[in-house]
Amino acid sequence: MDILSYDFMQRALIVAVLISIITPLIGNIIVLKRLSSVGDALSHSGLAGVAIGLFLGANPIISAVIFSIIAALAIEGIRRSFSAYSEIATAVVLSFGVGIAAVFSGKVPNAANFNTFLFGSIVSISEFEMYVAAVLSIVVIITILILYRELFYITFDEEGAALSGVPVKTVNFIFTILTAIVVSVAARTVGSLVISSLMIIPVACSMIISKSYFTNTILSVVFAFIFTISGLFVSVVYDLKPGGTIVLIGIAVLIILIPFRRK
Amino acid sequence: MSILEVKNLSFSYPDKKILEDVSFEVEEGDFVCIVGTNGTGKSTLLKLILNILKPDSGEIKIKNIPSKQFDKYEEIAYVSQKATGFNKSFPATVREVVSAGLYSKTGMFHFNRAKDKKAVERAIERVGLTEYADKMIGKLSGGQQQRVFVAKALVNDPDMIFLDEPTVGIDIKAVDSICCLLGELNTAGITVIMVTHDISSVLYHSNKVLMLSEDGKANMTDSKTFNSETVMSHLHHNHNKEG
Ligand SMILES: Nc1ncnc2c1ncn2[C@@H]1O[C@H](COP(=O)(O)OP(=O)(O)O)[C@@H](O)[C@H]1O
Ligand SMILES: [Mg+2]
Repeated sequence: MDILSYDFMQRALIVAVLISIITPLIGNIIVLKRLSSVGDALSHSGLAGVAIGLFLGANPIISAVIFSIIAALAIEGIRRSFSAYSEIATAVVLSFGVGIAAVFSGKVPNAANFNTFLFGSIVSISEFEMYVAAVLSIVVIITILILYRELFYITFDEEGAALSGVPVKTVNFIFTILTAIVVSVAARTVGSLVISSLMIIPVACSMIISKSYFTNTILSVVFAFIFTISGLFVSVVYDLKPGGTIVLIGIAVLIILIPFRRK
Repeated sequence: MSILEVKNLSFSYPDKKILEDVSFEVEEGDFVCIVGTNGTGKSTLLKLILNILKPDSGEIKIKNIPSKQFDKYEEIAYVSQKATGFNKSFPATVREVVSAGLYSKTGMFHFNRAKDKKAVERAIERVGLTEYADKMIGKLSGGQQQRVFVAKALVNDPDMIFLDEPTVGIDIKAVDSICCLLGELNTAGITVIMVTHDISSVLYHSNKVLMLSEDGKANMTDSKTFNSETVMSHLHHNHNKEG
């Protein structure tokens, strides 16, 4: 196989490896906090950012990052003022993102380009986007490492963490920003519509067999790595959409693993 | 020396008066049981002492420091009523949960060192869970889970520990073993302040009883003078095991 000799394939691989590390790192906490819908809302807002970016002629990944962060702040803000309605906050932001994406997608100069953000594409990653993805991924990984203890404590017991002096609000805020970055970085390669699946499925697999928080974190990265790389190659060889292929491989593995659930 | 001093404490939630003019003192080395029917404000009282809630009026001093200014949270530990309400499928080992307790001492940007790890192992050993250290906490029995939270509270070597109904929802044997464990900790010099419905722990382990009543008043007595009949008239629980 010499598909690796193509520049676009090398770029796709590098970005895929980065995505397979950062997505489950975020996904772990999202799953354990039972916040899966937030990942969905942010990825759809990212899509709105993509549409507006393409419409304005700006880089779509950067506008996606900006839009997801605004969406993340909006969710936090709505949640703070109407604490009983956090579900609604997420749903409203998701709908708003979908609305904007739908309206502007009809106005973008190159509709095919917009479509690559829905289901992912490996041929379209530019060198600039690869560097953006690399820098943002490194920021995410370092932040997650630094906040490892805080994130574990908050995820396990938020009240207890606050009492022990963990700056819960700040850490939660940083985490939401990281989530926004991850969904935007992953949008190009795997597609906005499947990012939240990519956050959740590797974690679901690792939760079946792991016996500690630490191994769960490591294993979810290993699973995501396997799914992403194999999905990427299968999608190239059979000319399939990468995002969907990655997710379907993940689900197949999950189904195989279910009988091995730890007792 | 008095380690905790509560003076003329009053507190209301917006819609309900909870505590009115409550005063009592806890000496170093005491084992205090806080009793009262459901909803009389036992958990609220602990939260006021721990500065999670702000009193309407009155004064609280921990180790002679007003609770508002008290910040040595590694010296006091708290096992909340909700401790065992965690997500049972959460993949965390006993050791990982106990290690989280280190945070109140170490704070941010800290890498656990050999002495931190030793403190974790010692706390796990103290509650008798050494052989379960690598087990997932969600797989343990209710009594064992409660011990994990006691270990997490002990990890910084506190000299005062607050527990909110640590014996609810676990079987009688586990209740006894938790109470004995707390008795041992108390003998080792830790001041224990526990909200409980369990009369036998009042009788066997505590030396003082703080009784909250529905009118917001509190009354502290010696455990010896506190006979089980008084308890029965105040608690609608049938936990009277001494017969
Ligand atoms: N955050 C709150 N806001 C309003 N009322 C509350 C709140 N927390 C508790 N209460 C009420 O205050 C009363 C005392 O609660 P609590 O201290 O938990 O009682 P206990 O621990 O003695 O069972 C209860 O009637 C409860 O419903
Ligand atoms: Mg209570």
